[in-house]
Amino acid sequence: MGIQTVKVVILKDGTVASRSKAFSGFEPTKAAEQAFEEALKNAKIPKKDVVQILATGSGMEMAPYANGTVSMMGADAKAGVFLFPSARTVIDIGAEEARAVKCDERGFMMDFVVNERCAAGAGTFIEAMARALEVKLEDMGPLSLKAERASPINASCVIFGESDVVTLIHRQESKPEIARAVFDAMADRVSSMVHRLGINPEVVLAGGVAKDVGFIESLKRTLGINLLIPEYPEYAGALGAALTAANRVKAAK
Amino acid sequence: MKETPKDAKEYWRWQEYHRIMPDKSWKNKDIITAGVDVGSVSSKAAIMIDGEIYSWAITRTGSNSPDSAKKAMDWVLEDTGLKQSDIKYTVGTGYGRVNVPMANKAITEIACHAKGANYIWGPSVGTILDVGGQDIKAIHCDETGRVTSFLMNDKCAAGTGRGMEVFADLLQIPIEEIGKVSLGIDEEPPPVSCTCVAFAKTEAIGMLRKGWSKEKVLAAYTLAMAIRMANLVNRVGLEKELVITGGQSKNMGIVSRVENILGAKTLPSPNWREGGLDPMVAGALGAALLGKALYQKSKGK
Repeated sequence: MGIQTVKVVILKDGTVASRSKAFSGFEPTKAAEQAFEEALKNAKIPKKDVVQILATGSGMEMAPYANGTVSMMGADAKAGVFLFPSARTVIDIGAEEARAVKCDERGFMMDFVVNERCAAGAGTFIEAMARALEVKLEDMGPLSLKAERASPINASCVIFGESDVVTLIHRQESKPEIARAVFDAMADRVSSMVHRLGINPEVVLAGGVAKDVGFIESLKRTLGINLLIPEYPEYAGALGAALTAANRVKAAK
Repeated sequence: MKETPKDAKEYWRWQEYHRIMPDKSWKNKDIITAGVDVGSVSSKAAIMIDGEIYSWAITRTGSNSPDSAKKAMDWVLEDTGLKQSDIKYTVGTGYGRVNVPMANKAITEIACHAKGANYIWGPSVGTILDVGGQDIKAIHCDETGRVTSFLMNDKCAAGTGRGMEVFADLLQIPIEEIGKVSLGIDEEPPPVSCTCVAFAKTEAIGMLRKGWSKEKVLAAYTLAMAIRMANLVNRVGLEKELVITGGQSKNMGIVSRVENILGAKTLPSPNWREGGLDPMVAGALGAALLGKALYQKSKGK
């Protein structure tokens, strides 16, 4: 139950049967119901066959049909190790929050750090900067890869970052350079957060922001390591919740 | 921030002005000094004659600090008959202090605000809350206006003048009226839950959709910002008397809420609209005063 999108993952016998998502909007519960119905349809599984539903994400209390909840960090750890068995650190960056989780080989969370209640360092930052640059959000990443260098911008606040971007535009700075600066700035912030936790290789990058090639490049550069990127990074939380649900069912038997 | 169409109202725009103290003359006076405070949002300049305020100017900072410093300086000299060469010593301060071309020296705005507050309100000032365009500072000073300790919150728009401008634009209320508007409610609503201005904006849009009045939304936001400022004061420790400088000293919605949260009154600000000193110029005033001391030292006086 993300702040911007609701994601559903259905697991059948330990493998992903289907996934689906919907915009949270002003009625996240309704959005979740829709996404869930669609996931059932895609998997051709009747609702009554779903034995356990767990919710996670900032709106987890609003989840329909849920038998319980899983912490976002716990879900990230589970999903990260399931997707990449060698993973010991999972970075998850959503629309409004970024977190990093250290985990063991079973996918149990050992430690975590969170950046919350500040839009810098989360997906909102890229969105706001794309608006200021008058570039589509999905074009920001490819654009930034064309840059030869980065122009400095204020990385620590969306509001100040926006003014900085406007100033750079007035100075006729090229858009790729500014886009690169946006990702570098955000990567700096995420990197310092991850360093507070300590980096345990291998490192997974999940969450909606992990779909952005521009950010991935900047974070790799800043951290100086390679990153493991899931095929569907935005579903990591939902996958982790589904894996936890499967474990609970097994344990109950 | 998009290019504003010509007919669109710029709600964030505040009044730029300059003033020369009546009944004062710089003729036959000894030490004429200037302070130029280039902030992120506004640039201020002040001229002092033998340590007494003579004139000041407040103008918006552009994208170029040296130009903004020059604009403020030109304006503070305008109609005075003074020339740049008449000024014995100029101190630059504020965020853009290293980009003040006419300055003999750059001094941090923390020292300048303390000195300026001491000049405006007198030796009883113990704590200064300076709410600027891009940061907030809580400063302790002694009875001579010397800084003893300080705390600042920077790199975050929450609680700053810039954050207030964002809300003035969002709610389409002229920035100079937001204080009054935020107090136009029967009962104080709970503060917005997010201090981050970007998230608070989303939260505020949700409140407006729910049918909250602009006044109520603004009150909820102003309260959250005032809590943030009060927390900073509490962290440095409140030592009486408390004063507020910077642009937000003119926002009565902020001033009254900070007073309520801290359970302490601020020393009342002079009324700048009626010719009194402007608390927004405290930094430039302090800079000009420190300039006088530096000039005297250099002359061995």
